[in-house]
Amino acid sequence: MCQVDEEYNGQLDHRVTPRVSKKCVKCKENTTVLIIRAGDAFCRGCFKEYFIHKFRAMLGKNRVIFPGEKVLLAVSGGPASSSMLSQVQEGLSRDAPKKLRFVPGIIYIDEGGASGQSMEERKRAVAQLESVFRATNYHYHIVHLEQVLSLPSSVLEAGSSATGKPPTGSSYKAAVDHLIPTRKNQNQHPDLSVENAQSHLSNLSMQEVQNGVTSPITPEHTQALKRLFASVRTPTAKEDLLHTLRQHLILHTARTQGYTKVMMGDSCSRLAIKLLSNISLGRGASLATDTGFSDPRHGDVVIVRPMRDYSSKEIAYYNRMFDIPSVFIPGLDSKAQDKASIQRLTESFVTKLQTDFPSTVSTIYRTSEKLHTACPPQNTNTQLSAKCLLCVCALDTKLEEFSAYQATLISEQLSQRRGPGPEFTPGTTAAPGSPPASSAGQGHSSGGGQSQGCETGDGGCCSSAKEPETVDLKSLLCYSCRLTIKDMTALDALPQYILSEAERRRSQMREEISEFLLDEEEDEAIPRVNGS
Amino acid sequence: MVSLLSLYLGGGAELLFGSVKEHHVTLPNQSEPWDMKQLLVWIRGNMLKERPELFVQGDTVRPGILVLINDADWELMGELEYELQDKDNVVFISTLHGG
Repeated sequence: MCQVDEEYNGQLDHRVTPRVSKKCVKCKENTTVLIIRAGDAFCRGCFKEYFIHKFRAMLGKNRVIFPGEKVLLAVSGGPASSSMLSQVQEGLSRDAPKKLRFVPGIIYIDEGGASGQSMEERKRAVAQLESVFRATNYHYHIVHLEQVLSLPSSVLEAGSSATGKPPTGSSYKAAVDHLIPTRKNQNQHPDLSVENAQSHLSNLSMQEVQNGVTSPITPEHTQALKRLFASVRTPTAKEDLLHTLRQHLILHTARTQGYTKVMMGDSCSRLAIKLLSNISLGRGASLATDTGFSDPRHGDVVIVRPMRDYSSKEIAYYNRMFDIPSVFIPGLDSKAQDKASIQRLTESFVTKLQTDFPSTVSTIYRTSEKLHTACPPQNTNTQLSAKCLLCVCALDTKLEEFSAYQATLISEQLSQRRGPGPEFTPGTTAAPGSPPASSAGQGHSSGGGQSQGCETGDGGCCSSAKEPETVDLKSLLCYSCRLTIKDMTALDALPQYILSEAERRRSQMREEISEFLLDEEEDEAIPRVNGS
Repeated sequence: MVSLLSLYLGGGAELLFGSVKEHHVTLPNQSEPWDMKQLLVWIRGNMLKERPELFVQGDTVRPGILVLINDADWELMGELEYELQDKDNVVFISTLHGG
């Protein structure tokens, strides 16, 4: 069944062109214009209602956006995010009592520096998008990817949740109820009332629109960025790194400008592809946060994905029918071959499967809905050092005995050297903060000493091919970020904030471990701590 | 029967056609009416500037490219068997990442 070159032509019917009735399934009057899923045909009016309703239902079902909150819309110019922008406009403008109530801002990240576009092309794209943003009258920010080089390292720290406790359904309802009856109540509302916020913003918007474009970038910055991406060997790792840097930039903007929520425009199809490619990339542990509706890993800023119920077809069709402006900007992966990267391959796999089996994407989507993280990420007891340096998800590389990860490590070491040296213990990459009282503790402390030994440049204990920095950065990363870093040839091309945060965490680790070591002098010597 | 068609490309598909989104084409005369299958072959031969495999796959369009005929889903019109009429408007929108 699962052979290469299996011939299905005789056995499976080609998907029969559906002989759907020419009447819309909803209103049963008008002629149909679009088929959604497998066999539901809608007319134009019903489709529009359906589309708008889904957005509001998604926000209403997951009650995370409170009235009066500042929400940052991450618009890439593509169809899904442009559609999201228009839905937000639509939702905020309704006069119905149940209109959406939050204060939106827009962020656009210009990635032309990484994808090799010329300055004129970038300026043109930015100008096009600016005209779209201006028409919305929302505050917008244009951020160039080059600015990632000058971010502060506080970006990598998970902030605490703003309210201090997870927002519950009842507090949400109470917050909404405050706004419905009379205007008077709004002044008593603890959050900034929407009207005040909007008038405040409109006063600022005229001056700050000029400030919406952040500082101009210099060619040196672009060069540094190009060098960073050139040092990454595989397109898979490039896309992964780009995604991480983009997240950091958005997070930083949200934090500095006071936004507590970020809306991303990932559609259902994109999320299905992301789910499968994340598994292939080794991000299985953080699937729930990567593809779920809300992503609370950063603590104070929550990322939500309101478009996750829309397939690409619905979005493309809606944009075409109702003239939603969107700008196509070629990126790193435009015109890439099918097999160029894992993400590309997964995309072509899923889209091809979708044509023959139209329920593919929705099945994957429904599976992703069922994923939950085992321990809630809002647990403030989670130490900072237990989070990955780059993607801020929980570190999944704490070594246990007989874990699959340990097996991978051992086979990697063995395939690179003659055999493990006498000092080598499998617990080389230390798990910081674990109690030394357990039997594995000595392995960890010797591992800590081991990695310090590596830092002092002792080539005997770790693979001679790796530089000491690779090993040290790796211990702070989750499995898939390690794979991305492994594909980089020049780690010093990484932005300064990553390197300095890594240094800070390493020294923090060293401090923590030094408590458990018996004698300070053992830091220098090659440790042979093994129960003596 | 001369068919004057207007083609529109979106979502990145225009990159394969020299970044031009709107095209007005006149199909050469032939005895039987043009259908979508023949149109695709014609586009591949005459309009595609590069990388045909990113637009056409075998007989049909590459999966992930949405086709609208007169603003209606082509699945409702019969997909490849639809016979083109004069002054039809055909839209190809790519929903894929890479063009």
